[in-house]
Amino acid sequence: MALLQIAEPGLSTAPHQHRLAVGIDLGTTNSLVATVKNGIAVCLVDEQGRALVPSVVHYRGDGGVDIGVAALGARLEDPKNTIVSVKRFMGRGLTDVTHIEAMPYVFEETPGMLRLRTVRGSKSPVEISADILRALRARAEASLGGELTGAVITVPAYFDDAQRQATKDAARLAGLHVLRLLNEPTAAAVAYGLDNAAEGVYAVYDLGGGTFDLSILKLTRGVFEVLATNGDAALGGDDFDHRLYCWALDQSRIAPPSAEDARRMQMKARAVKELLSVSEEAPFRVRLASNEEVDLNIGRETFFEMTRPLVQKTLAPIRRALRDAGLVAQDIKGVVMVGGATRMPHVLRAVAEFFGQAPLTNLDPDKVVALGAAMQANALAGNRRAGDDDWLLLDVIPLSLGLETMGGLSEKIVPRNATLPIARAQEFTTFKDGQTAMAFHVVQGERELVADCRSLARFELRGIPPMVAGAARIRVTFQVDADGLLSVSAREASTGVETSITVKPSYGLTDDEIADMLRAGIDRAGDDFAVRALREQQLEAERLLEATARALETDGELLGTTERAAIEHEAAKLKALAAGGDAPAIGAGIAALARITDAFAARRMDRSIRSALAGHKIEEL
Amino acid sequence: MAVDFTADYFALFGLPRRFGIDEAVLDRAWHTLQAEVHPDRHASRPDSERRRAMQGALRVNEAYGTLKKALPRAQYLLELAGFGHGHGHGLELGHGAVASSTMAPEFLIEQMQWREAVAEARAVGDVAALERLAQRLRAHAGEMTTRLAAQIDERRDLEAAADTVHRLMFLDKLRREIDDALAALDG
Ligand SMILES: Nc1ncnc2c1ncn2[C@@H]1O[C@H](COP(=O)(O)OP(=O)(O)OP(=O)(O)O)[C@@H](O)[C@H]1O
Ligand SMILES: [Mg+2]
Repeated sequence: MALLQIAEPGLSTAPHQHRLAVGIDLGTTNSLVATVKNGIAVCLVDEQGRALVPSVVHYRGDGGVDIGVAALGARLEDPKNTIVSVKRFMGRGLTDVTHIEAMPYVFEETPGMLRLRTVRGSKSPVEISADILRALRARAEASLGGELTGAVITVPAYFDDAQRQATKDAARLAGLHVLRLLNEPTAAAVAYGLDNAAEGVYAVYDLGGGTFDLSILKLTRGVFEVLATNGDAALGGDDFDHRLYCWALDQSRIAPPSAEDARRMQMKARAVKELLSVSEEAPFRVRLASNEEVDLNIGRETFFEMTRPLVQKTLAPIRRALRDAGLVAQDIKGVVMVGGATRMPHVLRAVAEFFGQAPLTNLDPDKVVALGAAMQANALAGNRRAGDDDWLLLDVIPLSLGLETMGGLSEKIVPRNATLPIARAQEFTTFKDGQTAMAFHVVQGERELVADCRSLARFELRGIPPMVAGAARIRVTFQVDADGLLSVSAREASTGVETSITVKPSYGLTDDEIADMLRAGIDRAGDDFAVRALREQQLEAERLLEATARALETDGELLGTTERAAIEHEAAKLKALAAGGDAPAIGAGIAALARITDAFAARRMDRSIRSALAGHKIEEL
Repeated sequence: MAVDFTADYFALFGLPRRFGIDEAVLDRAWHTLQAEVHPDRHASRPDSERRRAMQGALRVNEAYGTLKKALPRAQYLLELAGFGHGHGHGLELGHGAVASSTMAPEFLIEQMQWREAVAEARAVGDVAALERLAQRLRAHAGEMTTRLAAQIDERRDLEAAADTVHRLMFLDKLRREIDDALAALDG
């Protein structure tokens, strides 16, 4: 593949330390952690050689927590305290979750995100996910023999802001430095695209345990450009299980099952579903705790027939994504299949029929997301060496962002499928004379009515100078970063008096709560919060010093002698501070060096952009 | 001297300031610039540098979004020429109609006919009819784009171009409505 020519800014020839970075696929059913070793992405396995960590958390009566394989048994013995598929609850309220009646948990009705009552107390989905992430981090640190510098965590492309923020919070809670939230289909495309030197327009069809994503990407010379993405954040293998479970309840005419028996039936349903991918027929036989016996038999075609609506449900997002990309099915060069649920033959058949070509199944649908995330983590940590593959990901926001306007309508500010990062501003004005405050309601979704969109945040801008109606100019700016996370600011600009506010949407957990939980968790682990904070400052100081040294080495001629001396002076001061243990002093030193190198950094960026563009012009000729 | 991120978008991508552009050149320049400023290129860099790169990345994407599609590109060219039709400043009437003071009455009638056809197809959930309308709309928008190229690049008749821009704004809005209707019918 003719790869994009990109030089890491200030890339020096000096060998630098390999930073431990991992990619984590935090799945509904299974989670994985992967890393790049000697240039090759590999999944990290347990002593038995297993890469998949079941996303199951058991809170034990004795205060302990089991995760993964160790928690599987408890699904039956202790269903209330054994949480499966917690990803379905991330950033969601009780009313958002389907099939809640078939779940054995004790839910708590809380504003924003729902919570579960367990023997270990009330747990938010963020905390439960953090427990899974902690187990993955432990596996990685044991296997790699050191502390992780950072992690790329994957999320379904169709996750909204609430779900993304919840995922990032969970990672922070687990003590991970999040290099990036990466969309699952994009991660898969990276792994597939780099391995196969693919060029052209591809679709990634990702049907996992709980989510469905469809992304269309254009691959050109090392650039992975997402053209459109669509999906259903609550559609996956679990729903196929549920159909089968309902069928079995109906056929066997047993009494409404207990929590434990429901779990038993659901586990059976999943096993039967998976068996039907390879055999024509499967027994559905379960002995229940109630002493009743379910003894059924199901043929493959019956199962396909009852779940056809679910398969059909995945086609609508494909049509929407194609329409948004301005393409038709025939424009797609290849369809990459991801996720365990794509092993079902009728799913494969429907996708093949839709695109008029056999989908690409020559990769492990369970691992490809984690492998792609590991590659990206390795690149983001700065481990790429000269001559290595180089690539750039240009991803999009899956759902439009808007503000509530008169009549409960949503006015779209950032359209879906806009390339990230993006900032968009819109001006509003007061509608009453002397009005000094204005309320805003931020929503996400495609529907016209605010009531049909997801509410992300409400905030108020105060201190607007009193004016006649329509005279104030209030500029609201939406900014979405590469992770797909939004921040909003508002400013009144007509009088030169500026009032500004920045909100980050929050869902039941404030930054303070996260900090408290983090502190508590670290205390429990016998770790010291202050030590951790200090280490973070030292790392940032190290980054800045290294960057400054490289910059002086490669672009020193952009500086006058006094400028250079001033920078070297501040750098030496910071170096001395970083060796000590005073975190606030290091912070001040970082700020001072950053300030004095600011103009230099600007000149360097200008130069690199100009030379990139010049190279680009030469290429055109 | 510096790469002026406040320079006009054409200059930023090294393109001549005209309506007709080579999309392949634009795409390539976009990739080249993003490879320098995208947040992922600076992930392990100090905070100050990351903030600066982010500003660049936002600007580059804004510029690309403006030049990539015919309508915002034409609007932007008119704006640069000091012609008061910037982004979204077109007068919007109720029911999604778009008008300007100089607009020909037959265009208003045309708009009504389009809207009626869409409303009708949507009301009865006729996907095929909506798709046919979308296709006709695309063809019509294509003609308008060709017309714009002649008006802006050849005849330099910005007055006429502004009128065409208004027509395109209407077509664009209608296209989004058809897409939304189709998406809704998809379930
Ligand atoms: N052979 C098979 N036939 C049918 N379904 C299967 C098979 N193997 C795995 N599955 C299903 O795939 C799902 C798990 O897939 P996967 O591990 O890709 O999901 P996940 O990554 O945990 O979920 P998500 O990506 O939605 O968060 C489960 O529903 C499982 O039953
Ligand atoms: Mg998955």
